Amino acid sequence: MSTELEAVLGKTWKRPPFISNQLLRRGLALAFVAYLIAAYLTIDINWSRVYEGLDRGAQFALAFTNPDFTSRASDIWGGLLESVIITVAASVVGILISIPIGLGAARNIAPLPVYLICRGIVAISRALQEIIVAILLVAIFGFGPLAGFLTLSFATIGFLSKLLAEDIESMDRVQAEAIKASGARWAQWINYGVQPQVMPRLVGLSIYRVDINFRESAILGLVGAGGIGATLNTAFDRYEYDTAAAILILIIVVVMALEYISGIVRARVQ
Amino acid sequence: MLKLKKLVKTYRTGDQALKSIELEVPEGQVLALIGPSGAGKSTLIRCINRLVEPTSGEVWLGDIELTHLKSSGLRRARREMGMIFQEYALVERLTVMENVLSGRLGYVGFWRSLTRRFPQSDVDEAFRLLDRVGLLAMADKRADELSGGQRQRVGICRALIQNPKLLLVDEPTASLDPKTSRQIMRLICELCTERGLAAIINIHDVALAQMFVQRVVGLRFGAVEFDGPPEALTPDVLTTIYGEEDWEATIKKVDDDGNEIEAAE
Repeated sequence: MSTELEAVLGKTWKRPPFISNQLLRRGLALAFVAYLIAAYLTIDINWSRVYEGLDRGAQFALAFTNPDFTSRASDIWGGLLESVIITVAASVVGILISIPIGLGAARNIAPLPVYLICRGIVAISRALQEIIVAILLVAIFGFGPLAGFLTLSFATIGFLSKLLAEDIESMDRVQAEAIKASGARWAQWINYGVQPQVMPRLVGLSIYRVDINFRESAILGLVGAGGIGATLNTAFDRYEYDTAAAILILIIVVVMALEYISGIVRARVQ
Repeated sequence: MLKLKKLVKTYRTGDQALKSIELEVPEGQVLALIGPSGAGKSTLIRCINRLVEPTSGEVWLGDIELTHLKSSGLRRARREMGMIFQEYALVERLTVMENVLSGRLGYVGFWRSLTRRFPQSDVDEAFRLLDRVGLLAMADKRADELSGGQRQRVGICRALIQNPKLLLVDEPTASLDPKTSRQIMRLICELCTERGLAAIINIHDVALAQMFVQRVVGLRFGAVEFDGPPEALTPDVLTTIYGEEDWEATIKKVDDDGNEIEAAE
């Protein structure tokens, strides 16, 4: 038996820790706990205000037991229809623009300058939150669905291009190589070697984005960018919690329906 | 027909994968490239069709020098070289037929290929090849529904439909069982004879190589260590290629069991 082996026999074995320096490891853990405690202590809670608010909260929650779909029916349907229009239009435009940008933002198929430009576009789109973009676009184009449509198209580009690019970057290189080896042109190479590999994910992400766009369109109304959100905002402003509850229920129903449809579609494209 | 002159490949990491390779393959010759992992076998065949860019040296296919070709010239040259891959490299979500027809992409325009309207002669040839390898019934199956041996036969069809002069074959049997390995090797070699194709076959299995090819080239650390007929592979030669080991069992003549020709299933 070798001396090396003898030295370890009979000793217990433990997985080596992620940070090997014991002092550093314990210090970091301690610092984190201390920070956490300090952070919670700085949250200032006004308990009397919470107590007063409970009443209003209860009223709001009670409204759900008695939602009012009828008295503002035309506003609600108008808003819902506008939201659906914004969602569909923004998703289609956003997805169409995302595909070339997504191709450009994949390092394994795009040359460096194209890659940098496309990644730049993605970064800008992702850095600017929808609400901020909507406020800016409402300022430019005025109140209404146009601002909402443009906001969501822009947001879709950031979301879809990034995830598409990442899917392309993690594709099987050899499958694509085999197509290249046959003497295919670039476009044929994308169509035969790359597209089949990323298509299921592209379809799944697109449907998911439709879902997100509908939910976002409900928020964008709060800053004047049209859609069901505008109707919701008005209902809150008038303290019509029963109408607001009706709107929220409708949003939930639509989102759940979209979720269900996307599940079916994603299962079929695999 | 194929001539490599002072071919060098140095990767960006500084690894010299190929050190001034000189190699000539005449028309119709099937050559096995053997050597340990990391010897540069894969790099060598990828430098020929420039899936890997060689650092320096020349590659002559007929009277065309490949290393300086621009993109359209390179595409035309790649049509002349069919490639068969380790792990098949079929596009898994495409059908068998689409995979075979993708070998014609160098010949058809983008719109035709996008709409899958290939010329009738290409479609006929694809069916003929699938029939030759015994997979005619599988034409509309998705590639990922096939077994390993079936996939590799589709890979062979894809390479052959290019109507190439040369086959570049990278570890065709690496993920197949011993029997299927032999069937695939036999099929490749038969098809090369039928069509008068030259082939370079990277292969790990020395005994399998000896059974089927006319010439063996041994690569070690990116340099040619041996070049000769399969019978000349003695234990001494294998030691210079792979290092010290008992080689007697490896090169003992293996019985070729039966004639379970190409279309087993």
